[in-house]
Amino acid sequence: MFNADIVIGQPGQFPKDRMDEHVEYKWPAAGLTEIPDWVYTSPAIYAREVERIFHGRTWNFVALEAEIPNAGDFKRSFVGPTPVVVSRDTDGSVHVFENRCSHRGVEFCRKQRGNATELVCPYHNWSYDLKGNLQGIPFKRGIKGVGGGMPKDFRNEEHNPRKLRVAILHGVVFASFKEDVEPLEDYLTPEILKDFEVVFKGRKLKVLGFYRNELPGNWKMYHENLKDPYHATLLHSFLVSFGLLVAGSKNAMIACPVGRHGTMAAAKPDDVASVVDESSKAQMRAYRDDFKLADPRFLDYVREFDSPWSVTMQTIWPNLIVQRELNTLGIRHIVPNGPHSMIMLWTMFGYEGDTEDMQAHRLRQGNLMGPSGFLGLEDNEAIKFMQEGVRRSTADRGILKLGGTTEGTTASLIDESAIRAMYHHYRDIMEL
Amino acid sequence: MYPGFELTSVDVQQARALRFEIEEFHTAYAHALDSGQLQQWPEFFTDDAVYRITARENADEGLPVGLVYADSKAMIRDRAFAIEHTQMFAPRYLQHFVTNVCVVAVEGETIRARANYQLLQTLVDGPTTLHQAGRYFDVFVRVNGRLLLKNRQCVYDTLLIANDLVYPV
Repeated sequence: MFNADIVIGQPGQFPKDRMDEHVEYKWPAAGLTEIPDWVYTSPAIYAREVERIFHGRTWNFVALEAEIPNAGDFKRSFVGPTPVVVSRDTDGSVHVFENRCSHRGVEFCRKQRGNATELVCPYHNWSYDLKGNLQGIPFKRGIKGVGGGMPKDFRNEEHNPRKLRVAILHGVVFASFKEDVEPLEDYLTPEILKDFEVVFKGRKLKVLGFYRNELPGNWKMYHENLKDPYHATLLHSFLVSFGLLVAGSKNAMIACPVGRHGTMAAAKPDDVASVVDESSKAQMRAYRDDFKLADPRFLDYVREFDSPWSVTMQTIWPNLIVQRELNTLGIRHIVPNGPHSMIMLWTMFGYEGDTEDMQAHRLRQGNLMGPSGFLGLEDNEAIKFMQEGVRRSTADRGILKLGGTTEGTTASLIDESAIRAMYHHYRDIMEL
Repeated sequence: MYPGFELTSVDVQQARALRFEIEEFHTAYAHALDSGQLQQWPEFFTDDAVYRITARENADEGLPVGLVYADSKAMIRDRAFAIEHTQMFAPRYLQHFVTNVCVVAVEGETIRARANYQLLQTLVDGPTTLHQAGRYFDVFVRVNGRLLLKNRQCVYDTLLIANDLVYPV
């Protein structure tokens, strides 16, 4: 059921959905240990997020170079909720510009991906080159002897679609609406680059395919979910039942110094029984030492990375998740879709040169993730429930007290320091 | 068109008989899923079966990823087990409507057939919605007189999934 299909308690029908710019948004006095519901529900806050975060001094994921390897390749993408085209010009350079015809505002690029020498608006055939420059205007000078056409002083170059700044790192393409955004590598920080490079540096990606879904929840909930290692052993019974992750195995929740990016990291224990004590077993409802998979190949971990971690889930502010879960790899592109909804665009990949067996192994482990994933669908369900709860209820805040009031990196799973660090940054940017 | 599922010349009488048999198969398969007998589901497959649910954009570009991907009956069993015993999701009902069955090729005991499916989902606090429109590309084999799936590719047109897909197609 899409957000738009909601019958009982439709969005817009609750007071929290209707708060606007005239309300004085005052963060709870307790600070970061309490998150006010209006960050998830208010249209005015959402509008401010688009302006200050997605259109602000941030680097937004738009594409993998592997999706547009050749000259003329293009992809329809998004920066925040704003549609953009990502294209590769004949000189090999990558360009990002708004998917809006300068003439009448048509979102002219309609194919998800393709190859072309120019992009033509279907309405009046205005054309754009692969750098996003306005090229041809049919009948620009009117019809000979009849007249019409554009004024003589109309200059195409003054009417290009808005172009974004582009930065590419290890085959991952980012864009920014702001010219004065800091360099991408500084933005990512060494703490985050380390695990980002494990996946991307020096490896040519091979795209294995795509999933897309609407998730009826606020976009920040997805970041929170992956900065919340507490949920992993409690919600995701599959991980626990089959020993992929348990309280007591080696983990870290790494936050960048600014607080906006994070890496949730775990090392799969070789022998689960040895790391789970009796008291943890009792607290993890899902823990079952009698569960066995009929096809145990699924749990194999091929140690292909130079990393102590078998799992790293990276949240790269504001719209990218990098997934390395054992040998299944992918990115998730978050497209905010109003306060109550986000679109998730998933691209799954392996590497050029993977053997047939390795590719099949990645595809098998892919069952963990995505909108039907053993883990993935549970996150989607939980986030949907959370949005319904904060939107419809009379209480007005949630509690973030695991680990006390600390912010940043932690070794314990039972800690919400990384979420507090994210909201510290959020409050600064949003002036809340 | 999914590669390998172009219509070949099949004897009309044989195609009609097979079509009837395949429709009975789909009816039994859909009944098992729609009535919640998930443990029955793997029994429609051979031991070496491949089962994949994927978006039409992947199928069209020859991309191998699966929303659900299993390359053994054991993996299909594990999927059924995970749904019944480990997964958290809101209660829901599903109904499959399978139509337009077309036998495209018969080679000995191997039959290739296409069909269209509609998957309706009802969350208990929402309307019934068309959750997926898709097509099956099936390879059946006859084992001890009974048709079993050796390969089922479920290719959905509904690229943008409403949150998630919990049960098999």
